[in-house]
Amino acid sequence: MTTQTIPVRKFDAVIVGAGGSGLRAAIQLSEAGLKTAVLSKVFPTRSHTVAAQGGVSASLGNSEEDHWHWHMYDTVKGSDWLGDQDAIEYMCRMAPEVVVELEHFGMPFDRTDEGKIYQRPFGGHMSNFGEKPVRRACAAADRTGHAMLHALYQRNVRANTQFFVEWMALDLIRDQTGQVLGVIALEMETGDVVAFHAKATVFACGGAGRIFYSSTNAFINTGDGLGMAARAGIALEDMEFWQFHPTGVAGAGVLITEGVRGEGGILRNSTNERFMERYAPNAKDLASRDVVSRAMVTEINEGRGCGPNKDFVLLDITHLDPATIMKRLPGIREISIQFAGIDPIKAPIPVVPTCHYQMGGVPTNYKGQVVGDDHSPVPGFYAAGEVACASVHGANRLGTNSLLDLLVFGKSSGDTVIADIRAGKIGLQPLPDDFADRTLARLNRLDHQTGGSDVSETRLELQRTMQKHCGVFRFKDMLVEGVAKILDIEKAVAVTQIKDKSKVWNTARVEALELDNLIEVAKATMVSAEARKESRGAHVRDDAPDTPANPNGRDDVNWHKHTLWHRDGNRLSYKPVIMKPLSVETIALKTRSY
Amino acid sequence: MEDREKLNRLRWRCTRRAMLEMDLLLGEFLETIYPTLDPAQANAFVALADREDLELWPLINGSQQCTDPIEAEVVALLRNVRVK
Ligand SMILES: Cc1cc2nc3c(=O)[nH]c(=O)nc-3n(C[C@H](O)[C@H](O)[C@H](O)COP(=O)(O)OP(=O)(O)OC[C@H]3O[C@@H](n4cnc5c(N)ncnc54)[C@H](O)[C@@H]3O)c2cc1C
Repeated sequence: MTTQTIPVRKFDAVIVGAGGSGLRAAIQLSEAGLKTAVLSKVFPTRSHTVAAQGGVSASLGNSEEDHWHWHMYDTVKGSDWLGDQDAIEYMCRMAPEVVVELEHFGMPFDRTDEGKIYQRPFGGHMSNFGEKPVRRACAAADRTGHAMLHALYQRNVRANTQFFVEWMALDLIRDQTGQVLGVIALEMETGDVVAFHAKATVFACGGAGRIFYSSTNAFINTGDGLGMAARAGIALEDMEFWQFHPTGVAGAGVLITEGVRGEGGILRNSTNERFMERYAPNAKDLASRDVVSRAMVTEINEGRGCGPNKDFVLLDITHLDPATIMKRLPGIREISIQFAGIDPIKAPIPVVPTCHYQMGGVPTNYKGQVVGDDHSPVPGFYAAGEVACASVHGANRLGTNSLLDLLVFGKSSGDTVIADIRAGKIGLQPLPDDFADRTLARLNRLDHQTGGSDVSETRLELQRTMQKHCGVFRFKDMLVEGVAKILDIEKAVAVTQIKDKSKVWNTARVEALELDNLIEVAKATMVSAEARKESRGAHVRDDAPDTPANPNGRDDVNWHKHTLWHRDGNRLSYKPVIMKPLSVETIALKTRSY
Repeated sequence: MEDREKLNRLRWRCTRRAMLEMDLLLGEFLETIYPTLDPAQANAFVALADREDLELWPLINGSQQCTDPIEAEVVALLRNVRVK
């Protein structure tokens, strides 16, 4: 196959991803009468958004007084002042509107006795600029993400969105001026490679949590959107910031909820010591996520980890009454038995801090436009959801703000596409003669590689390197070494070899192509983290400790700025944080303390 | 569709799911137990793998019961999977 023989399909808009953000964008576009294609590696309601249980935030004030400005304050503070305040204001102001809209789409929210959306408390949600907790999270039992996807999907079916299911987008198409003209994609069922030529391309491809060995993310989160953007010359923003959860099952990554420690679970090291007493004498095992995670890593690094490789600690609930465990923590026993091979009534559960959420991504503004280094839009290119960095989460995300991000920026990206098309800013520009050459070369290389590297071994090596060198607690020498190691692994990724060369349902090929994306994300993360010589939010360095001059190790003089990682030359540049909100006063820099 | 193609499609649908728990369980089941199933059980597994995670999870963790006896056999096998 050559670029000249690739079948081309034309659309007004092509959306890559059918999770919450992609489906929300698609509703805007299809309902406006635009011919819209949505590509997904899996059936839409199997997207990872399903895994979200906690809820979505909006200052509806249904249970007690609340205000979007307070929500904005909490989000800026949560972001450790790295979030852009225009985007944060926009998201928090829009929250009530998009949540009520979702209700009208058929989302079965839990309700109060008067029939309003029920709201529950959640970590970091406060009233009156950080004064006291407020109930702001809206949920549909413990299946919020699932219910949300179903409501959005049904609405899309009604609006005639065209779905391309079990298709994998491989690369962006750009012309000489830099305008984005669509994507090249692979249909798994046939092995066919097809160009989707569109006026607008929206990335909604989710996160890349699988770059870490221990991850709560499903296998699908391989950062394809980030890989495609990076290969097309778009810099990735703030990739050093990843949120970790302290208790994932060692090896498997499956999440053990905070509730286990709430019910009396205790963390222990190899000497059976309740080590949290040393790190947080008052809160002990219930200290905040980052304090607990760091303590766990310190124990492991100082040789007090458990197991043959001394690489995990133990979460002990054996002292609890089995009846309590069965009653209050029912799912946990099943999870521990199936994923750790341990009955927690009889023995403690092996746990490690586990990667959970990606704060960085493809740089966008609050309108959902992808932007270049100088904040100016890349014509024809839009993004929303976990793949995008608006940046509302900054250095750390507030719980429930991610589902909100999907709704707000899914919708705004759709609206901006419509406006840009109507204003004649974007149109169906001709495809360059060589538009698919690089993608075809990549596929061709894979088909003919001999004496190359194994895909799953190389992926494992990548994941272990990220976990060890760039995990929840970071060390200067480990980061420097990590950069060298990841560049070595890149060489192995460049020569991956697959045995199966068939066309139809060749999952080996797809996994090799996913690895091409994982490596871009891994490089961006490691290089950005090595360079940022401060601690901020989720990026915590041992050599940037808490001092009176730099509380929590944060160094605003030198590091209050966004990182941009450029694939070309493996190079970094920086851009200022937008401190000016849209209508209110700047929330000035302050030490973050809870 | 050839057997290899069918198996690969099943592999994709077992290991690219919404929840990590399901990727791990169904992926492990596919490699270790699926090859030992009789044809009726194998069909039941393919149908189970086509369900959504939040329909399947309650069957596996026992909070809901299967109505079909062959499906119940397969779910019992799934419950016994231990992910390494
Ligand atoms: C266990 C867990 C619990 C969570 N709980 C909460 C919560 O309670 N509240 C909250 O706000 N957030 C929560 N989050 C975070 C939140 O769920 C995610 O950030 C969010 O759902 C991401 O949505 P998305 O639309 O960006 O992408 P996803 O839902 O991940 O969808 C990505 C889509 O892109 C498609 N895709 C990817 N690559 C390609 C490609 N190359 N070609 C074609 N299609 C592609 C996929 O098929 C999929 O359809 C949780 C996350 C996890 C892991």
